[in-house]
Amino acid sequence: MKPFITHTGLVLPFDRVNVDTDQMVPKQFLKALTREGFGRILFYDWRYLAGEKPNPEFILNFPEYKGASILLTRANFGCGSSREHAPWAIGDYGFRAILAPSYADIFYNNCFKNGILPAILKDSDIDELFKRAEADRSYTLAVDLPNQAITDNQGLTFTFEIAPSRKEVLLKGLDDIGTSLQHVGAIDAYERAHAATATMYAPVDVKNYT
Amino acid sequence: MTAKTLYEKIWDNHVVYEEPGKPSLLYIDRHLIHEGTSPQAFSGLRAEGRKVRRPDLTFAVMDHSVPTKDRTLPIIDQDAKAQFDALEKNCKESGVRLFDMNSKNQGIVHIIGPELGITQPGQTIVCGDSHTSTHGAFGTLAFGIGTSEVEHVLATQCLVQGESKTLHILVHGKRPRGVTAKDIILAIIGKIGIGGGTGHVAEYGGQAIRELSMDGRMTVCNMTIEGGARAGMVAPDETTFAYLEGRPFVPRGKEFQEAVERWELLTTDDGAKFDMTVELQAENIAPQVTWGTNPGMVTGVTDRVPDPGSFQNPDDQKATERALHYMGLKAGTPIVDIPVDRVFIGSCTNSRLDDLRAAAHLVAGKHVAKNIKQALIVPGSRGIKAAAEKEGLDKIFSEAGFEWRDAGCSMCIGMNADVLPPHERSASTSNRNFEGRQGRDSRTHLVSPVMAAAAAIAGHFVDVREFDVTHVE
Repeated sequence: MKPFITHTGLVLPFDRVNVDTDQMVPKQFLKALTREGFGRILFYDWRYLAGEKPNPEFILNFPEYKGASILLTRANFGCGSSREHAPWAIGDYGFRAILAPSYADIFYNNCFKNGILPAILKDSDIDELFKRAEADRSYTLAVDLPNQAITDNQGLTFTFEIAPSRKEVLLKGLDDIGTSLQHVGAIDAYERAHAATATMYAPVDVKNYT
Repeated sequence: MTAKTLYEKIWDNHVVYEEPGKPSLLYIDRHLIHEGTSPQAFSGLRAEGRKVRRPDLTFAVMDHSVPTKDRTLPIIDQDAKAQFDALEKNCKESGVRLFDMNSKNQGIVHIIGPELGITQPGQTIVCGDSHTSTHGAFGTLAFGIGTSEVEHVLATQCLVQGESKTLHILVHGKRPRGVTAKDIILAIIGKIGIGGGTGHVAEYGGQAIRELSMDGRMTVCNMTIEGGARAGMVAPDETTFAYLEGRPFVPRGKEFQEAVERWELLTTDDGAKFDMTVELQAENIAPQVTWGTNPGMVTGVTDRVPDPGSFQNPDDQKATERALHYMGLKAGTPIVDIPVDRVFIGSCTNSRLDDLRAAAHLVAGKHVAKNIKQALIVPGSRGIKAAAEKEGLDKIFSEAGFEWRDAGCSMCIGMNADVLPPHERSASTSNRNFEGRQGRDSRTHLVSPVMAAAAAIAGHFVDVREFDVTHVE
């Protein structure tokens, strides 16, 4: 996974609460077999009119936001379905960091598997960032993960929350599975210790039950 | 000894490895997979040369995109077919048990787990689907995960997890006639909001929850995720044990008795502390209908579509305005004046035998209204379908003008041919009324199975308490 240390980029202010993952990747795109290429369809129903014509009223289609890489948004971002296609689409589109007051749990987890930083900021800080980003459509921010800070070029600095273990995953671009497999001895031991309740794990007469 | 919640007990039983300040490695007893969110996980394993650690604890089923009409015909949707083929190949290569679309046990993943007894109290269960919370009805810790985590569980039979906060949801008193488990959970979400439970695992209690059947408890736990909590649980009791006894994957005889003795310990200790508590009175809950574009935008059937100006928070005002525009509704419209185009009774929320029985009882001898373009009954599993047919429910529905279909996720998510057309309005027993959920530009109203059945007969929403609801579970 690509590590996240610092990132500077154009901010796209996306002023909606409770944006659910169905909006990020509608159902018809869940039939893929790979993780690639979801950027094109991010926010599909909002972003495109009939015949896949870009909807000029949707913010992702505003020319001045071309190349935006920081998504500024509102509370409970990523609620609903567990589909990891949502962060795949966000990452593939080019967003590296999301700034919001809160996220839905599953989406939040999924971001860390894909090198995307979902930064949690205070409500009042998010309000201020919206004010600045909406006043200046070329508003850029620098995100500094080691210092958990966000700064603009007018001297504003906000800090954000992240658990130390989550931070480490992003900073080092860690592969969770590889890390967990270092504890394979503990997994073996757990399985042996719980063999006493084997009936819970190995039903009797269902060998070929499908 | 410190008093523990049910969640804390299950958590402690499953910690494989922990170190201070870090998330734990948690053992997973049951891993359920389906065609939609697993192919990339298997490709990931293959790319790294890793194997499925415990195929015997992994169960696969085809549900999200399966047709609910004739399955002997070839699958037309080539993308869906590619996913079915991939799941079949992945299961064959790794030795994972698969209930394919022609299995007599096929059904929605969260329906067949409990139905076959794969789901048992005290377990940890995960699946690449947010409605995995359903299994919590058995006193299991069950939650949805992303595809990368699916890959992690396949490789290690463990998950890296931080401990959640705990939320106690108590529903006191007796549920009024015509008010179902669906109305209880919708009322809870209406109260706490769709992000209200974020970061928490919920445990349900109180008389109204205890008096629910397992089918009803599953409905409540199923929609826990719509209130933001990843998992919802009900401590197992006699209702749970009676449900489980004799199911295919449940131990038998003496082993069953021993299992029950262990399961009986799965309760929250007196004096255990929750991080948050929410209380409701069942007597105050009316049949619920959602009017907006998330499950928290909900009200009683005797109410009206709200005015955006009635909300204090500007974000809520904007969201309500947007939702009413999308839904094609005017503020102040009585809910019972909203006409319905299609009715869907199905999904992992409400497609179990109790649901079908209650709906069938209500429509028996009646007929769907002329303005209803389609009324679908999609049993949650082929097992439920067969049981319902044995009772003659299929005939009751057919005679009343409903279509009786084969099992799958169907119009809840619209990944197969069962799609709600643009601007049409559904009375749906599913779990999400997000924009485009049942089809692009479609308009979903979430209701209980009896409310959906009543809307089908009347052609618009009606207060089901005006119907004969003596049979409502």
